[in-house]
Amino acid sequence: MIETPASTRKMTLNMGPQHPSTHGVLRVVLELDGETVVGAQPEIGFLHTGIEKQCEALTYPQVIPLTDRVDYLANLSNNLCYVLAVEKLLGVEAPPRAVWTRVLLTELTRINSHLVWLGTHALDMGAMSMFFYCTRDREELLKIFEMFSGQRLMTSYFRIGGLALDHPRGGLEACHKFIKMFPSKIDEYETLLDNNPIWKSRTIGVGTVPVETLLAMGATGPMIRAAGIPWDARKDEPYSGYQNFEFDVPTRTENDVYARYRVRMEEMRQSLRIMKQALEGMPEGPYQADAPKVVLPQREKMKTQMEALIYHFKIVTEGVRVPPGEVYQVIESPRGELGYYIVSDGSSKPFRVHMRTPSFGNIQTLGVMCEGGLIADTVASMGSMDFVLGDTDR
Amino acid sequence: MISEQLQEDPLVAAIQARFPDAIQSGVSQHDQAILYIDPAQIVQVCALLRDEHSFNRASSVTALDWHPQEPRFEVVYLLHSVGANQRLRLKCRVSGVNPAIDSVTSVWPGANWYEREVFDLFGIVFNNHPDLRRIMMPEGWQGHPLRKDFPIHGHKYDYGEGSTQ
Repeated sequence: MIETPASTRKMTLNMGPQHPSTHGVLRVVLELDGETVVGAQPEIGFLHTGIEKQCEALTYPQVIPLTDRVDYLANLSNNLCYVLAVEKLLGVEAPPRAVWTRVLLTELTRINSHLVWLGTHALDMGAMSMFFYCTRDREELLKIFEMFSGQRLMTSYFRIGGLALDHPRGGLEACHKFIKMFPSKIDEYETLLDNNPIWKSRTIGVGTVPVETLLAMGATGPMIRAAGIPWDARKDEPYSGYQNFEFDVPTRTENDVYARYRVRMEEMRQSLRIMKQALEGMPEGPYQADAPKVVLPQREKMKTQMEALIYHFKIVTEGVRVPPGEVYQVIESPRGELGYYIVSDGSSKPFRVHMRTPSFGNIQTLGVMCEGGLIADTVASMGSMDFVLGDTDR
Repeated sequence: MISEQLQEDPLVAAIQARFPDAIQSGVSQHDQAILYIDPAQIVQVCALLRDEHSFNRASSVTALDWHPQEPRFEVVYLLHSVGANQRLRLKCRVSGVNPAIDSVTSVWPGANWYEREVFDLFGIVFNNHPDLRRIMMPEGWQGHPLRKDFPIHGHKYDYGEGSTQ
């Protein structure tokens, strides 16, 4: 029997589900011709927790902590999107102070998410020290989240109709301090990476996909902005008062791993700009809407007013009755288009909560992106997508 | 029945001009247009929207289970045009007996995984789908978790190698 020559034999390599560069549990079935990737098929679902099903068994306010667990690096973005969707169904509007705080903290979340991405992406590519710098600075940010919500990671700080609590003492000062401190840190990261020959040779020209394919495959966020499409929900479908803020949508045209890195770095600067405006213009006033049937009453009122006590009892035991209807709310999460499609049948539990998560759409392009590249480029491409597996599998 | 708000919509007119009986009804909720499309014509309508109205991406495809009503399922297409900055929601009613509908992967390749998800979690079959397998649940899973008659705590499931839960 004559053996097939090695040059014509293809090899199938299982990357994951426990591969460090997948940052979670993702399996990629690679078909290899030597070092070249001929086919790549991502397999997801290892982190599926049935969050959408669980939402149907909980009342509307009870769903908020679940949304944190969807994208655990951008939990406030998920809180915001869910809360905005339910507010639309209810016809409730959050007061200005809540709206501006939401903007302030979701932009902080964007920086948080981008820092984790930058650290791990650089770590995958051999730039180990970046990870230490990024976690060092992320620590400051998590302290701010802890001040506001009492939690470093699973914040659940937003509520239907406003915020869970008013600002803590010293919360805004901590944000001020962070804004002052952080620009020099971004410069520091760029000094380390921008002209680093290894970084450049591993990222420039790698992971290019035609922009039409990216769009048709469902990619959003920095992925398409690095391909020259300036679509950003904050600008194009403004929500939560983003139309009041001045910022730019960074775009690049190179459409490779390096361009995605540049876009995200610039986004961190723009986030700081938005945060600065939010801090300077932070309105005084209530942090929750005046909607007694939706918002839990103040403790003080509950002790003195019978009505407040009744509303409290009703909201906690029965939940909030939401008029029948459906809504699709889109926000710009750090990873792209995050959408909550909520259908209400008039009861106090959602009939259906569908989460259109950005990682799910982005990861779909992995197969096209890796084909024709080297195995090592697969790691670079995966890192540049910035997916979170909890966000993909839900 | 198409609601008054939508009757003036140029998109509705364009679809009706080409496929007169494709739109079964239409409503507008929270300024978002929802069109009920005849399931047999969904691929044609989607192709028209992509080619002539720049709906270059399907943001998501999902489904609703109205158990025990009939037709039981609704397949929901959340479409988006980046160029025109416009969104549109299409819905198709699908029967609960052998639920099936044509796949739109030929129009938007990105619908692939979304349809796999609907197949996996709702049990709706997509005809002409290139790779219709379960995506979230394990391969040997029985049932479709997002159906309303699937218990929230799940069924007993054998994870293999003698372990039961």
